[in-house]
Amino acid sequence: MSSAPRTIIDKIWDAHAIATREDGQTLLFIDRHLLHEGSFHAFDQVRKRGAQLARPDLTFGVADHYVPTRNRTAIAPEIRRMVDQLVDNTTAHGITLFGLDDPRQGIVHVTVPAQGLTLPGLTIVCGDSHTSTHGAFGAYAFGIGASEVAHVMMTQTLWQKRPKRMRVRVDGALPPGSTAKDIALSFIAQVGADGARGHAIEYAGSVVRALSMEGRLTLCNLSIESGGRLGLVAPDETTFAFLKGRPFAPKGEAFERAVADWRALASDDDALFDREIVIDGSEIAPVVTWGVSPEQALPITAAVPDPDRIDDVSRAEAARDALTYMGLSPGMKLSDIRIDRVFIGSCTNSRIEDLRAAAAILAGRHAVVPGLVSPGSAAVKKQAEEEGLDHIFRAAGLEWVDSGCSMCVGMNGDLVPPGERCASTTNRNFKGRQGQGARTHLMSPAMVAAAAITGRLTDMRPLLEGRTP
Amino acid sequence: MTPLTLVESRAIPLPLANVDTDQLIPARFMKRPRSEGYGPFLLHDLRAEPASEAARLDHPTFAGAQILITRRNFGSGSSREAAVYALADFGFRCILAPSFGDIFASNAVKNGVLPAIIAEADAEALLNNETVRSGGAVHIDLAQQIIRVGNHTIGFEIEPVWKTQLLNGWDDIDMTRSYSGAIADFVARDAQARPWAAPSRR
Ligand code: SF4
Repeated sequence: MSSAPRTIIDKIWDAHAIATREDGQTLLFIDRHLLHEGSFHAFDQVRKRGAQLARPDLTFGVADHYVPTRNRTAIAPEIRRMVDQLVDNTTAHGITLFGLDDPRQGIVHVTVPAQGLTLPGLTIVCGDSHTSTHGAFGAYAFGIGASEVAHVMMTQTLWQKRPKRMRVRVDGALPPGSTAKDIALSFIAQVGADGARGHAIEYAGSVVRALSMEGRLTLCNLSIESGGRLGLVAPDETTFAFLKGRPFAPKGEAFERAVADWRALASDDDALFDREIVIDGSEIAPVVTWGVSPEQALPITAAVPDPDRIDDVSRAEAARDALTYMGLSPGMKLSDIRIDRVFIGSCTNSRIEDLRAAAAILAGRHAVVPGLVSPGSAAVKKQAEEEGLDHIFRAAGLEWVDSGCSMCVGMNGDLVPPGERCASTTNRNFKGRQGQGARTHLMSPAMVAAAAITGRLTDMRPLLEGRTP
Repeated sequence: MTPLTLVESRAIPLPLANVDTDQLIPARFMKRPRSEGYGPFLLHDLRAEPASEAARLDHPTFAGAQILITRRNFGSGSSREAAVYALADFGFRCILAPSFGDIFASNAVKNGVLPAIIAEADAEALLNNETVRSGGAVHIDLAQQIIRVGNHTIGFEIEPVWKTQLLNGWDDIDMTRSYSGAIADFVARDAQARPWAAPSRR
């Protein structure tokens, strides 16, 4: 290994490289492998080969994608089958499962970090593209497909090509009301939904340093929406304080030793990045999406763009197509767009801080549209209830339900009806993502709360006046 | 995995950007076992609208097509390999686009489907090509990395590793198993280097 300055991305890579082939592919050791109900294809592949799991001790299962958020005693048979299948597969292979009735149940990218299973410097994979979330701890975490899941199951390794490195530096300080979600959506709008393709992203700068772990999780979560392979933040005191005492995190002396190693992960001062993007944090306003790709995002104070004024043919056509699907006309103010319902949840924005931010806006007010609030884990739900947040949501007229992927992907039956428009804290405004014909506008939890109160996309800042976020 | 060397067939033009994996296969179909075949669910909701570009999938002009031509950022979004199962089960062996979602491209190769990267201008030209649009033959040569339509020839890009894998129909797992000694050595060394990395149980 050379003594040339290295980025955190290269340091973690080098520490996990088992062998590199002539063609440049490197065999990486995988420290944590996370499974969910959708992993059944991979279990089938393992079974077909008559193989065993290489490292069940490093493999964890979570029931989240299909779990009902209401009435868990009367589950539809086809949903029940998905959950049971995960129980059967994890039991057969001796894998720890955070199942339906487990107090540790929750969305995989919410509950696993909270359990202290996500640590700085680890390689983490899961058959889910938002695995990039775990990068918040300075972990090298990325989503993989079913064939790769099967490969990790059987070998605890993956063949990978070293990614290009991108640094996204967010300098200055965020204005009040702007959040990690707004940073991420602004960045994606700037570079495009495939702008970071082939790159691993390090988020840096004073704004990122000042983010809580929750904020960093949201930021890293959305890395995949810029096309990035993964996104991470170098670990610091915020990270160490969060991890200390978590159930699966190292304890005592081992923790001290770990912290010393983790400090050394930060990118060296002169380390070279293939691409560097600098964003002025003080210019980030609350953002909403208007189209069917996360790159179609603008500050809430803006208007729906006019496709005729977009030069790029393919982008102009994409905008035209998006406006048709979304039922919007060019030039209308974003804050004039009426909504039919709201959703607060998903691995992007369902942690305790997110719920507090939404509750700060909703307290003492009423939603004029229906909506669902699904906390990111059973533990988040419990904590929110201890803080009385559930009362605020219920009093505002929103439904307070159990934890799961829910309306982020609609696999469990929580759907936005066709043609309806939803203000959502999730990560994808793709056509049909929240249900066939559903129209999704992505935004931060406080912005969703504001939309719930007015029934249209709304700048939450005036509504926050005199309140603590 | 079946090796892929030459593909000669009709090609379906799908002039859409950002076709994400949620559109390639809507989530509600993913509870089914693969053995049932995922082809009917490919682009299910788009394809259902007769006026949509995706309705070409069911048009006789393009019957038997093994090639799909589309715009940038194809297969972005969810890591669901079911998106590739749907394409493969429908009959596609090659997708031509200016860019692909990373995870999608990797999933495609693992299932013997070629994600060939073409220049944006070439994509536009192919999408509007008369031969293509009337269901004429398109020839793809993976070894030479060329696409030929009539007298018109263009190049495409593919990761060299993926090219080798597709040409040979190789499967990763057997290759990885030949590294079991190196993996065991790594694990022993790593236990000393990073004693904190193992999950500590409560
Ligand atoms: S909440 Fe949504 S994005 Fe997150 S893991 Fe679940 S389905 Fe995927």
